[in-house]
Amino acid sequence: MLIALLAESAAHGDAAPAFPPFETWHMPGQLFWLAILFTTLYLAMSRWILPKLSDTLEKRSDRIASDLDQAARLNDQATEAQQALELRIAQARNKARETSEKAHQKMEAEMAAETARVDAEIGKKLEAADARIDTLRATAMKNVEQIAIDTTAAMTARFGLKSSAADLKSAVSAAMGKK
Amino acid sequence: MTFLMPSVAIDPIHQFQVSKWLNLNIGGVDLSFTNASGFMLMGVVFTIAFFGIAASKGLLVPSRLQSLAEIGYGFVADMVRGAAGEEGLKFFPFVFTLFFFIFFANMIGMVPYAFTTTSHVIVTAALALLVISIVIGYGFYKNGLKFFKLFAPSGAPFLIYFLLVPIEVISFFARPLTLALRLFANMLAGHIMLKLFAGFAVALIGAGVAYIPVAILAFSMGVALNALEFLVAGLQAYVFAILTCVYLNDALHPSH
Repeated sequence: MLIALLAESAAHGDAAPAFPPFETWHMPGQLFWLAILFTTLYLAMSRWILPKLSDTLEKRSDRIASDLDQAARLNDQATEAQQALELRIAQARNKARETSEKAHQKMEAEMAAETARVDAEIGKKLEAADARIDTLRATAMKNVEQIAIDTTAAMTARFGLKSSAADLKSAVSAAMGKK
Repeated sequence: MTFLMPSVAIDPIHQFQVSKWLNLNIGGVDLSFTNASGFMLMGVVFTIAFFGIAASKGLLVPSRLQSLAEIGYGFVADMVRGAAGEEGLKFFPFVFTLFFFIFFANMIGMVPYAFTTTSHVIVTAALALLVISIVIGYGFYKNGLKFFKLFAPSGAPFLIYFLLVPIEVISFFARPLTLALRLFANMLAGHIMLKLFAGFAVALIGAGVAYIPVAILAFSMGVALNALEFLVAGLQAYVFAILTCVYLNDALHPSH
């Protein structure tokens, strides 16, 4: 069926006048108009459209390049600023440490001075106290001796013995010296 | 069976018929403005309008249309640079014009009832001759007689040249022929096939209910061919342009 149709249409093709692309009558006209139209298109492209397009593309790439440059510059600035900031922070930290160390030293010196002063005062007071204790003790010891003599005199008197004051005193001091 | 097929509907050659729109006769030469010229004019006007509108604003951030034009620009520029080197860029406007002239002629030809200007051998032959004349003209202008080195690549043993030179000469002169015929034959054959399958579908439906499945098959074949023809339309424009670049490269650097 298909073959029959093909044959049929082929027969029709043969029946048609001539194969149009190989007809010659229209060729000069085709060439003429092709020359005019192709030249027109070429001129429009080369004089107007392509320069415009390449201009646009160039402008864009220039713009992109300059934008990238600016971005790089700003980035550099930011880095510099950051470095400056870090430097200042470090300086401030050093200063703070110095100040605190100075304060610390001053405080220690003050403390040492105060301690020394207080120690000296305490030492003086202790000495005074010791002296007082010594005198008190001496007084007390004298009193104790007297009491012991008195007591001894009383006791010997009770036993009915009589003893001289000098004996009593020597006896008591001997007993106390033994201790 | 014949009565079922109106001859205009199925005749696949009819679409290539040239008919006069305006009579024009200068010095006894028939330069009439025909349907072929009309559709060529449409293609050129469309190309200029498309690129003119797309390029007119020159936006830094391109619109969609401008993007398309810029992609076309980049595409052809890369093609020229790739095949003919940086020096080839002086022919960039020519290759650009050639590519889009053929591209839009082919694409307009895909519109039903439109005339495909590139399906006429006289047009493709004229374009191919233009290309080859530029190659020869510029080749001699730039290289002088050294352009003949193109036919005798250096580095071959002496005796080989007796074989090599004729081959190179023949291949050089075959270039315009193949360039013209490739485009012409592709467009012609493609459009004949489209018409045949579409015509079959119609004729088979007319032939009776029993043939409808076959008609559907023929129609889907036509649809598939249509897609293929769009590919061919773009591809042949590309092939023409890239071969032009390759030949221009010979004119720029004849010693390979």
